[in-house]
Order: sequence, then C-alpha cells, then structure tokens
Amino acid sequence: MAQACLWLAIAALTVYVVLGGADFGGGVWDLTAGGAQRGAPLRGLIERSMSPVWEANHVWLPFLLVLLWTAFPPFFGSIMSTLYVPLFLATAGIILRGTAFALRPHATTLGVARLLGASFALSSVLVPFCFGAAVGGIASGRVPVGNAAGSAWSSWLNGTSIALGVVAVLMGAYLAAVFLADDARRVGDAALERATHTRALLAGVLSGVAAIAALAVVRSDARDLYDGLTSGAGLVLVLASAAFGVATLALVAARRYLPARATAGGAVTCITVGWAAAQSPYLLPGRLTLTQAAAGDATLTALLIALGAGAVFLVPSLVLLYRLVLRGRLDKPYEPLDARWRT
Amino acid sequence: MVNPSLGPTVQEHLLWARELQAMSFAVHIPLVCFGVSFPALVLFVEGLWLRTGDPTYRALAKRWSKAMAVLFAIGVVTGTILSFELGLLWPEFMSTFGGVFGLAFALEGFSFFAEAIFIAIYIYGWEHLDGRRHLLAGVPIVITGITGSFMVISVNGWMNHPVGFDVAADGRVTHVRPWAALFNPNFWHEFVHMYLAGFLVAGFLVAAVYALSWLRGDRSSYVRAALVVPLTAAALSAPVQVLVGDWAGRTVANYQPTKLAAFEGLYRTESGAPIHIAGVFVDDRVRFGIPIPRLLSLLAKHDPNATIQGLEAVPHRDRPPVNVVRYAFQTMVGIGTLLALLGVVYVVTWWRRGRLPRSAWFYRAVVAAGPLALVALLCGWVTTEVGRQPWIVYRVMRTEQAVTNAGGLPWVFVAMLVVYLALTALAIGALRRLAVRSPESELTAREAA
Repeated sequence: MAQACLWLAIAALTVYVVLGGADFGGGVWDLTAGGAQRGAPLRGLIERSMSPVWEANHVWLPFLLVLLWTAFPPFFGSIMSTLYVPLFLATAGIILRGTAFALRPHATTLGVARLLGASFALSSVLVPFCFGAAVGGIASGRVPVGNAAGSAWSSWLNGTSIALGVVAVLMGAYLAAVFLADDARRVGDAALERATHTRALLAGVLSGVAAIAALAVVRSDARDLYDGLTSGAGLVLVLASAAFGVATLALVAARRYLPARATAGGAVTCITVGWAAAQSPYLLPGRLTLTQAAAGDATLTALLIALGAGAVFLVPSLVLLYRLVLRGRLDKPYEPLDARWRT
Repeated sequence: MVNPSLGPTVQEHLLWARELQAMSFAVHIPLVCFGVSFPALVLFVEGLWLRTGDPTYRALAKRWSKAMAVLFAIGVVTGTILSFELGLLWPEFMSTFGGVFGLAFALEGFSFFAEAIFIAIYIYGWEHLDGRRHLLAGVPIVITGITGSFMVISVNGWMNHPVGFDVAADGRVTHVRPWAALFNPNFWHEFVHMYLAGFLVAGFLVAAVYALSWLRGDRSSYVRAALVVPLTAAALSAPVQVLVGDWAGRTVANYQPTKLAAFEGLYRTESGAPIHIAGVFVDDRVRFGIPIPRLLSLLAKHDPNATIQGLEAVPHRDRPPVNVVRYAFQTMVGIGTLLALLGVVYVVTWWRRGRLPRSAWFYRAVVAAGPLALVALLCGWVTTEVGRQPWIVYRVMRTEQAVTNAGGLPWVFVAMLVVYLALTALAIGALRRLAVRSPESELTAREAA
C-alpha cells in the first residue's frame, strides 16, 4: 500500500514538473524576450497560453505536499525542516509570481506592467531552481531524519543541488518552448512560430547538455545516486529519457508540435521516475526507507479510497479543461502584450 | 501527552513562528470568504441576465467574474504557502499527526483542483460557451468553494477536539482512525459559522464598494443591482450568524471550558457567572469592565445559574493569553451584533416598504460594514486559535513541541511581511481599477444594444 501511495506521489510530482514546469518556463521566456516593444509579441503569446491553465497546473504542488504529509509524515517533516531556506525562498517566489501574473493584465501603465512582468519572470527562475536544489539535497543524502537535523545551507548549496536546480530551470524552458510553438501555430503568426521553434531547439540542446553535466557532477558528489542512475531500472529510464529528448528535437525540427508535446513530457517523466528508481527503497537515501516512513495501514487505505473517489471527478474535469484549451475554445484574441498600454 | 516523532524541539523564536503562521492565515482567510460565497453571487447575477436579457446583469456578472479570478489566483498562491508553512514551521506536528488528519486535506485537494479547472473554463468561456452552458460551468465553482473549506475546517475542528487516534504509554500515536478524525464532533458549528462569515465578509465588502457609488449619487441600474445582491445575502446571513455563534459558544463551553473562561476572563469556577464588557484582565480578574450578572452562564449553558469552569481549573502554563482572546472575542461579538442590526434594518425596510432604505446614514453604515466584517472575521479566528493555546492539538501536543528547530525565523517573518504587504497593495489597486471602469466596457456593441 505504501508502494501505491509512493507511485501516486511520483505521478503527482511528474505531472507538476511537466505542466507546472512548463509554466515556469513561460516565465523564463518572458524574462529573455527582450525590451518592452521587441518582446511584446512573445510575451503576449505566453500570457495567452498560460492564463487558462496555470492555476490547475499549479494545484499539483499542494496536492503533492498533502500526499507526502499524509502517507509519509516523518519524510515530510524531515525535508521541510532541513530544507527550509530554499523552500521558504520558493514560497516567496510562488506568491510573487502568481500575484504578478494575475494582476499584470490589470496594470494601468506600461511601467507597472513591466514591473509586474519582471517579478513574474524572475520568480519563474527562482522557484524551479529552489525546487531542483531541494531535490538535490534529498537525492544526495543530505537530509537526515529529524527536526531540522541537516545543515540549513550545505543541504541545498552543493554540487548536486545546483546542477539539478539549473536542470529544472532549463527543462521548464524547454517544455514551455515546445508547448508555445504549438500555440503559436494555432495563432497563425509565422514570426512567432519561428521564434518559439528556435527556442525549443535551443532549450532542448541546452537541457540535454545540462543533464549530462549534472550526471557528471552527481558522479563525484553523490556516488550512490549515480550508481542508481547508471544501473538497472535507473539506467533504462535515463536512456529512455535521452531517447525521448532526441525524438522531441526531431519532431520540433519537423514542426510536428503536438506529438512533440507528448515526447517532451515523456523525457521529463523518465527523469522523475528514474530518480525514484535510483534511490529505491529509500525516501531519504541511507536513512529512511519507504516502509519506515509510511503511515499506518488505516491511513494509507483511507487515502487510497479518497484518491480513487476524487479521481472519478478530477480526471474528466481535467480532460475537459485541456480539451477545451487544445481546441482553442478558451483562447483570448491574440495581441502583443504591450498593445493594451499603447493605445 | 504525545512525544514528537522527530525528537525534542528547541526554538527560541516560537512566537515568530506563530505570528508568521497567523499573518499567512490573515491574508488567506478573507480570500476564502470570497471563494465560499462570491461564485454564488456571480452566478445569481448571471442567472438574472439569462432570465431577463438585461445586458446590465451580464456586464455585472462579467465584471465580478474578473474580480473573482484575481481573488482566486491570489487565493491559490497564498493557500499553497499555508501548506508549505505547515511543514516549514510545524514539522513535528505534521510528522506526528499528518497520518491522522491528512485525509481531509487530500479531499480538499480535489476541491481545489475542480475549482481551478472550472474557474478557468468560466472566466475564459464568456465568449465561447452559450448562456446556459456557461452558467453550468460555474456550478462546480460554487460547490467546491464550499467543500474545500469544509475539509480544511474539519482539520481545524480536529485540532480543537482531537479524536481518531490513541496515544500509547511511550507517547507514540497509535490506532489511527482517519475517518473518525475527519468527522470530528467539533467541526460542524465551525463550518456553518465560517460559511455564513463568507457571505458576511464578501457580501458587505462588495456592497460597501457600491454603497460608496450610491452615496456619490450614482443610482444607475448597474450600481443598484451590484449593491442589492451582495447586501441582501449579507443582511440575511448576519442575524442567523448570531444564532450560530450561540451554538459555537455552547460547544466551546462543553469541549474547551478553559477557552470559554478566557473569552470572559473568568478566573474562579462559579455559578451564575457574569460577563464584563471591555475592561482588562489583570491579577486574575477583569478590572474596569461593565458587568452584566449571570450572562455568561445564560449564554454558555442557557441557564442563568449554571456553573462555569474558571481558568483556575488548569495550571497557569495550560492557559491561553487571556487578554488577546478576550478582546478578540468581544470585538467579534460587538461587530457581529452591529452587522445583525444593520441586516435587520435592511430586511425590515425591504419587507414592510418594498424599497431600499433612504437615509444616507444607512449607506454610510454599509460602507463601514465591509471592513468591520473583515475585522470580525479575523478576530473570530484569533479567538478560536489563540484560545486553543498553548496547545496545537488540544490537550495532546503543545505548540512548542510542534515547532521547527530551524533558525532565522524573525528574518523569514520580515521577508514574508514585505511580500504580503506588496501583494495586498497590488491586489487592492487592481480591484479598485476594476471597480471604477465603466460597465459598458464589459459588453460588445451588439450586447449593449
């Protein structure tokens, strides 16, 4: 039963990394789009694509937290208390990012809109970096069992953490660019499609390079994790991720964006599942196994029943939302972002 | 007493952790009020449009749905922060009891999901979905706003009346019964109380915006509808809230007598206990207050001679900070009474004369009622949560046993204060700009005709 709950937590994490990660990536492209005028077409596209879905995509995060604290309470307490610095930074970033994104359309002047845009874009880099760094701290065995028992700083400022933080940011940018290229084609703007197409290829190559570099860092910094990733199921998944990555590049190059969405998601899924496989049976490597961390059977049973019942409502609702989105039924008319402040 | 599962706690900044948590709730809870009640008001106005075809109603529903979207977005992020802070600030609480009460949050997660999904469909579907389908897309928002808060309040009810587990001789939590914890006997009154508070706070705040336009001489049908709908909801809820408050008070008297004693500052256990209005609790008694004999006994037990347990029944270290709880309680009750009177004036005028009150003072009172309802809401939560102290899980785990051992909490508090201030200022600015824009801007030329 603990195993089933773990798989559900990994599934929630994976969906969050793919969908939520793409929304963070949207922020990265907003940040790098250029000046207010030059960047306006891309920013308008990003806002239009993210608006209807970012909240639903975000809910996977609190959902994951709930799964962890219900099913694996000591794991949750240990990671939250030791990794409080990056996680508090992430919470501040989450507030700034969501608020700025939701309020930017209501800004009265271009100046205010730019300020909100900057806060949205910068926190879109901060948050995935912090999450990646926190995962690095867990995966490299730097979180002991206990109340803030690990180091407040070296638990997330270390080779593995920084490498994973960078990979998280780049991976989000890569997903976002693939998704945006598809949306740009739906808008029917050739220049925008070219811009997102180039970015998707660039970010794809960069994330691939960063992932390989991260593997090298992990080899010297967290040998157990490296061994897990280069043998057995871990190895299979790492190779599958690479294959998905290459396939995505090929599909993007061929401008077949809809299947590219799926393969890009597949590449990321293999990484999260691969991480879980690499440190199995531990939740905190070398310190806390799945069995030790799991809550009692009564709790796990109740949780699985609740999740099963909830899924009956959730799955059709999500399908409805994404179907409406992908068919353009929730689209606002496209305009460059600065248009509404330049009339 | 339970043993924290991650080992002993050492935290010199416990108060900072509590204040940070309180601040985060204070920002989030007003948004919850809007989540609970505002969708129903928006759908009601959209329903009026579908029935009458009057474009004023469409413009109003559309405008309000934009405010709803802003408030929901901020609710999403501030709510996420709360779930982080439960772990970041109270890891011992979560690791010891997460398995007991977590089920409620899992169910709440589904509400949260459905709310996010259908708000998106509702907001972005105005131009794409036909009238009836669009209204239908809004129904899950109304339902999930209620079910979500239902689950969270179940956890709060459980913290105040923990059931669904045993504590073994060695201090470990055993025999966890998550369903029993979920439906603990303490949460029904809390839920109804909060549900009505949602209508009071959102209703009076929205009405206050348009009462201001009314006072400035704008009597357009748009302003009239925007004033009457939320004001009616709030005015009907306010008197009922007094009755629910009575229910809540009697439940506290039964389950948490020390908290009730703190409401009044009652030190000695006595029969025919009085209530003192205002004054200050020093040296174990209320000084300078206006006494009303036997009222506490009457309210808490519906018997003027009933015996009420005083603070002396428990050792000093097991008592909440009396003055904070007492002032919060009295402020909530005082404001609640005024709001109920205002509601009665409105309902009676409407019923007897079939029109809105004419006095400018009524509309000034409505303008004041918005922020006052917010103050009463926060005071209510201070009453119940500070009144629970020094326990995080009533009589089972002390707050100081639950806190993190992490350092630097004052810094975190200051940083989050800055973030929350910026958020509040930005949100209020955006909502004000949304309110002053002309209603016609919501309609296409064809719809306005």
